[in-house]
Amino acid sequence: MKITLTINGREYTRDIAENRTLLRFIREDLGLTGTKEGCGAGECGACTVIVNGKTMNSCLMLAAECSGAVIETIEGESESGELSKMQQAFHKHHAVQCGFCTPGMIMSVKALVKKNPKPTVHQIQEAIEGNFCRCTGYTQIIEAVQAGTDQRDEQEELRRV
Amino acid sequence: MEKPAAIPEYPRTYPKPDKFDVVNHSREKLDGMGLVTGTRKFVADFDLPNMIHVKMLGSPHAHARIISIDTEEAMKMPGVVGIYTSKDVPRVAHTTAGQGYPEPSPYDTFMLDTKVRFIGDRVAIVAAETPEAAIAACRKIKVQYEVLPAVFSIEQAMAEGAPVIHDESDCSVPIPIHFDPKRNHCAHMETKVGDVEKGYKEADVVLEKTYHSHYAQHCPIEPHTCACYLDEDDRVVLISSTQVPFHARRITAQVLQIPIKRIRVIKPRIGGGFGTKQEVLLEDVCAFVTMKTRRPCRWELTRAEEFMSARTRHPMSVTIKMGVKKNGKITAMSMKVLSNTGAYGSHALTVMSNCGSKVLPLYKCENVEFIGDTYYTNLPVAGAYRGYGATQAAFGAEAHMDELASAIKMDALKFRAMNHIKVGETSPIFQALGEGRAGVSMVIQSCGLAECIEIGRKEIGWNEKRGKPGTGIKRRGIGMCMLMQGSSIPEIDMGSVFIKMNEDGSFNMLLGATDLGTGSDTILAQIAAETLGCDHSDMLVYSSDTDFTPFDTGAYASSTTYLSGGAVINAATKVREQILAVASMMLGEKPEQLTIENKTILGKNKKNKITFSQICKYAMYEVNQFQIGAIGSHVTHASPPPFSAHFAEVEVDIETGELKVIKYVAAVDCGTAINPQLADGQTQGGLLNGIGYATTEEYHFDKSGRMLNPSFKHYKIFGANDIPEIKTFLVPTYEPTGPYGAKSVSEICINGALPAIGNAIKDAVGVRICEGPFTAERILKAIREAGKIGKD
Repeated sequence: MKITLTINGREYTRDIAENRTLLRFIREDLGLTGTKEGCGAGECGACTVIVNGKTMNSCLMLAAECSGAVIETIEGESESGELSKMQQAFHKHHAVQCGFCTPGMIMSVKALVKKNPKPTVHQIQEAIEGNFCRCTGYTQIIEAVQAGTDQRDEQEELRRV
Repeated sequence: MEKPAAIPEYPRTYPKPDKFDVVNHSREKLDGMGLVTGTRKFVADFDLPNMIHVKMLGSPHAHARIISIDTEEAMKMPGVVGIYTSKDVPRVAHTTAGQGYPEPSPYDTFMLDTKVRFIGDRVAIVAAETPEAAIAACRKIKVQYEVLPAVFSIEQAMAEGAPVIHDESDCSVPIPIHFDPKRNHCAHMETKVGDVEKGYKEADVVLEKTYHSHYAQHCPIEPHTCACYLDEDDRVVLISSTQVPFHARRITAQVLQIPIKRIRVIKPRIGGGFGTKQEVLLEDVCAFVTMKTRRPCRWELTRAEEFMSARTRHPMSVTIKMGVKKNGKITAMSMKVLSNTGAYGSHALTVMSNCGSKVLPLYKCENVEFIGDTYYTNLPVAGAYRGYGATQAAFGAEAHMDELASAIKMDALKFRAMNHIKVGETSPIFQALGEGRAGVSMVIQSCGLAECIEIGRKEIGWNEKRGKPGTGIKRRGIGMCMLMQGSSIPEIDMGSVFIKMNEDGSFNMLLGATDLGTGSDTILAQIAAETLGCDHSDMLVYSSDTDFTPFDTGAYASSTTYLSGGAVINAATKVREQILAVASMMLGEKPEQLTIENKTILGKNKKNKITFSQICKYAMYEVNQFQIGAIGSHVTHASPPPFSAHFAEVEVDIETGELKVIKYVAAVDCGTAINPQLADGQTQGGLLNGIGYATTEEYHFDKSGRMLNPSFKHYKIFGANDIPEIKTFLVPTYEPTGPYGAKSVSEICINGALPAIGNAIKDAVGVRICEGPFTAERILKAIREAGKIGKD
């Protein structure tokens, strides 16, 4: 079947199999491999993308459901090689170790911040609850989100310098 | 015979600089930019044209002989390219353990066998155009099994007349270690120091208890993935999520009986490993399929396969016996380990012996005994997992320290503080227990335990809160433990690096070491930059490609910072000498008069100046040309332990048994933290994995040996909303044998949660739970059995 959708501001029209997941459509048909697959069952959050403003596990969605949708992935986060503010914060605050969960994590944070520009620690935790990270223990991610939402002193150095 | 000059002598200590410019600062990760934009490639992100997909038909039986395999119908399924059974592949006994050669693990594994030994064991390889087609074809393969009686516990495995899991005649051990597969006895190790019996006689109190630790999985968010293609010269190129690219190359060559030179292993970004990717699990199959079909292929484990057929933590029963005098002096200690390695003996000996070598030296005692035995069962295969035996043994030892302190009515902190190893002291265990051979004797040269204890005591409120559980339904408790680990496998493992200079004063650094997400590319660049006198961003790091980077044993045994960091200093020191030699010619001053500051060479009195860029251009284009560059290797002569103290505050509901970890404090002495924020990240991540292991993570099996919960829905790892208040502290010490004073940091932090939380539960409700994880059911049962509190 034929679908037309918008990803990171660009319109795509493609013929797809009806059982194609959004994740595989994005990764394999469009070559946008920033979005990852960690479990294929909607349990780890590595495949999180934003569909019409809401975070979704793209491994559980069919591409066919997304005809006409506006989708955001990690590839749309930086512009002309300039990191977004949140990406800069993740980079600076070492919210990234292996980085496999990072694209999905940043998508969840992006959707949160759009609704709530100054989230509390608890709200940050809730927003990324479905994004598993096995490396960091989350603290540095939470700190990065605080920094990315101007809730940490600009001059404040990292906790450990 | 004297050592020929070409064979290097490695430094035993490294000089301490007056100040650090790059090291000991939280510099940004070199690969961070590519990771936050999603552009850095993981294995599954490589798009290989015309690629086919691999799936493995797994065994439905825990123990069975394969009588026949009928692939006729499956081969007719749309999209199927090939199906391969044991008849089609070479039969080479090997180990999947990615360890140095010859491995201290038995050669008991075959690419495909006529016998299956656990549920999920390899039966047949399917290659198809899509993963779905491969799965569909797996379902059409008809296998006739002769189901054999299976063994699901160490007790069953040890029993007289037990079913023999490895009855094949061609399994063996590559080094002379105990191996008795006819009795399911995979490994044995024992050592005795002093006179244990005499020690127990001298003691005022002798206590013995057995502590059980359980199956767990590493759960890297990226499952094991491997891709393969033939290059222009018909060589086999493997892109693999491996912690051990060089061992993967060697073992793949061994299994497929092809020359090492035909294989290239590339490690791209890795989505976490924690030990499970120290195994060669997919490479042999992918290489085989690509060689057979002459098409690129990829095999990704599903999450369920990751749980059931990748690797796990060795479940163990650790029996600790200790004798202590009323004044707190430990007179004797014995540790007896029974380890379950599952169906194959990957890391069977070394994880078990590490129980002794990474735990027993922590406390001073003249009379020490260690006995370890590892048995095969028909359960999932265990392997390397962060902590590597120390996790299991520290649970027992540190719970036991609390029990002893309580028996002699001494504060648990005071008891530990008076007994732990200190600078200038040694333990006979260092020499006695090695990795399949004798260990290396060593004297402790750095130890920050006293400060770790002090920080933790204050932060958790030990003096105010310990022993005051309250009286309501919800009781509070405080517990702690002390830990040590090692840094590399001394005089066995080797790391190497090549550094060359470019005209703009930057350097290419080709690293054998494997960054699996830890940030080792970055910290090794910091070490190089500190030595050379530049910034870490001037180091262009390319790591872990067997064609292009020099050898490194790999990312395991807490070795990369300490061992590969040493190799970096050794290489960078030579490059620095070359830079100074060229500068000396250019400036007409003696090399020893020159200093380097931020990529500029300064002559005597800092009058003459010349930049790295000028020097490199001169050496490349002008006079006496040569490539400024050097290779450096390193082998360590010690494995200095990092030390740590962990503290936990818990709340236990005595009516439901529900446990809540309120606060967790960890103070760690890793020597100099090369990158403090990354070292802290290791600590935070490791301890949260430990808290998960202690409280929620658990394998449930049915009667046939099948894991019932192979998904994140039913195997609970911690999410961001589950974390307690966590406070971590890096306690600086300086380890003279390490690069810029560094020791390891990654493994130690996972070992503390089981004992610290267990001790806190004891403080809260007065019961000792000797088996993890500390679920509500276990806690409630223990409370009821003790009959003290919580009675209806």
